[in-house]
Amino acid sequence: MSKIANAFKDDTAFIAFLTAGDPTIDKTVEFILAMEEAGCDLVEIGIPFSDPMAEGVVIQDANVRALKHNTTTDDVFDIVRRVREKSDIPLVFLTYINPVFFYGYEKFFKRCAELGVDGIITPDVPFEEKGEIRDIARENGVDVISLIAPTSKQRIQMIANDATGFIYVVSSLGVTGMRSEIKTDLNAILSDIREVTDLPLAVGFGINTPEQASQIGKIADGVIVGSAIVKIIEKYGEDATEHISEYVSSMKKAANE
Amino acid sequence: MSRGRYGQYGGQYISETLMNELIYLEEQFNHYMNDPEFIEELNTLLKEYAGRPSLLYYAKRMTEDLGGAKIYLKREDLNHTGAHKINNVLGQVLLAKKMGKTRVIAETGAGQHGVATATAAALLDMECEVYMGEVDTKRQALNVYRMELLGAKVHPVKSGTKTLKDAVNDAFRDWIARVHDTNYVIGSTMGPHPYPQMVRDFQAVISKEARQQILDKEGKLPNAVIACIGGGSNAMGAFYNFIDDEEVKLIGCEAGGKGIDTPYNAAALTMGKVGIFHGMKSIFNQGDYGQIAPVYSVSAGLDYPGVGPEHAYLRDTGRAEYVPVTDEEAVNAFEYLSRMEGIIPAIESAHAVAYAMKLAPTMNNDDVIIICLSGRGDKDVRSIAEYRGVDLDE
Repeated sequence: MSKIANAFKDDTAFIAFLTAGDPTIDKTVEFILAMEEAGCDLVEIGIPFSDPMAEGVVIQDANVRALKHNTTTDDVFDIVRRVREKSDIPLVFLTYINPVFFYGYEKFFKRCAELGVDGIITPDVPFEEKGEIRDIARENGVDVISLIAPTSKQRIQMIANDATGFIYVVSSLGVTGMRSEIKTDLNAILSDIREVTDLPLAVGFGINTPEQASQIGKIADGVIVGSAIVKIIEKYGEDATEHISEYVSSMKKAANE
Repeated sequence: MSRGRYGQYGGQYISETLMNELIYLEEQFNHYMNDPEFIEELNTLLKEYAGRPSLLYYAKRMTEDLGGAKIYLKREDLNHTGAHKINNVLGQVLLAKKMGKTRVIAETGAGQHGVATATAAALLDMECEVYMGEVDTKRQALNVYRMELLGAKVHPVKSGTKTLKDAVNDAFRDWIARVHDTNYVIGSTMGPHPYPQMVRDFQAVISKEARQQILDKEGKLPNAVIACIGGGSNAMGAFYNFIDDEEVKLIGCEAGGKGIDTPYNAAALTMGKVGIFHGMKSIFNQGDYGQIAPVYSVSAGLDYPGVGPEHAYLRDTGRAEYVPVTDEEAVNAFEYLSRMEGIIPAIESAHAVAYAMKLAPTMNNDDVIIICLSGRGDKDVRSIAEYRGVDLDE
């Protein structure tokens, strides 16, 4: 059982995303440890990229901030190393495929294994292109997290059969970002997926309020929040730690109400 | 390996949300390309509306002045809207209409593809929104207004380098939110499958005509076909029907900007590395750790940090050759063709003219070169004046 399963074993998991190096490497380490303390079950660490096509404005801006002071893939690995000195929290990378391709798949996944990265989410690698990293990730014990979207329909079974770790269920059409209302019939999608897999299902895209967390928490195994946390980092910068903790603990609580 | 491959290049590296739509688009494209009624409708539009076939013009004064190979210009600049872009756009917007879509979106660099899309959308009664880098909206302000006149909404893109690649990012972001009613009309032989193939097939009319025209005029195939290349649509269209004619040299002219020994260029095939971006595996200008590099060219239409996957493949197999042409060489060619033939070329196309000016004198008098004159240069007059330090507002 990979560490990812631990995130889902007790109650509804709260999964937090942040962009590595925003505002600094040191602060990213501090934020991750503080989020764990506040009840976060799994952290998605975003490797900054020049052209994050699947992101809305909030996370795009975080990428710009992180790249302004040249946060590199090696810096991101260093964040993992430092977190691992103090914590066993499941960690997954969220990254576009080009930085991984450029680093070299072999070297990248070996480094993940050495440092204890449990999974990888690549929003620009659909099922058809998963062959890029499927074998090398498996050899190194890294789960490739599959995404299922409201438009996936007949693709669900094929994707779910090949999935490991957990399944990232995209709540809505569009890019990442806070939404006041999620209109997709998530119940129907989740039950379609449950028919073909026993993996935990975590829902992300648009979730930002405790009300939404509680709503999603009732039907999914995990709630993923990105832009709302990045927004707090944008607002408070180096002083964001306690604001993030407070938010994470309220969301974790709401997800289990 | 997935569909839409050119050797190792191509593929479909895109969000899961768009996958079913891409599969549907491919099915519909294959269906309609085999539907005689659709082909007839498209050909009628190309003929009656866009003004095809475009002329193959013998550039006599240029030929005599350079003193080598005979030079022919494939006059895509004479198409309605002034560039080759209309060939692809009529195909894609007509297809979108058949698919029941009510809205099209597009990215644009120089504005030519945006103008062409807005034109086709007006003609076929579709809603149209165009994404254009903020830098380009300033370089090509006239085209912004043209698109608005045609009823399109233009979104200046303020993220990243504020040029073509960022416009592509935002167009994809729009599409992913509105796949149900919208088709993304990509302007070049790039993006996820089926786009590189679809755009090539709609642009292949250039070489289909040119091949027959040169046989009619010269009784033989050309020794070389030269085209400028950003993403690669006019080059792919100009090369395609000559690929099997191995004696015909195919030469793509990339934006060498201020020189390939400076960071200010957009010569992906000369300077780039293999990468995965904008839905495709291809060659991209990238920095350390695979960050997509900011690129530069005097020409907004060539200012793109990558190239379509089929060009990467043609380079690797040695079937086509790709050369960088600097801003200075292109601007010289822009002025040269204007004075020599009374034809003001698009600054993009001037890159191809510039290389022909170097190549022709090294060839024999009975050799033949075809230059794809992909667009007209009216849109560039202001920026070339600026480049030469002429203030038009004084």
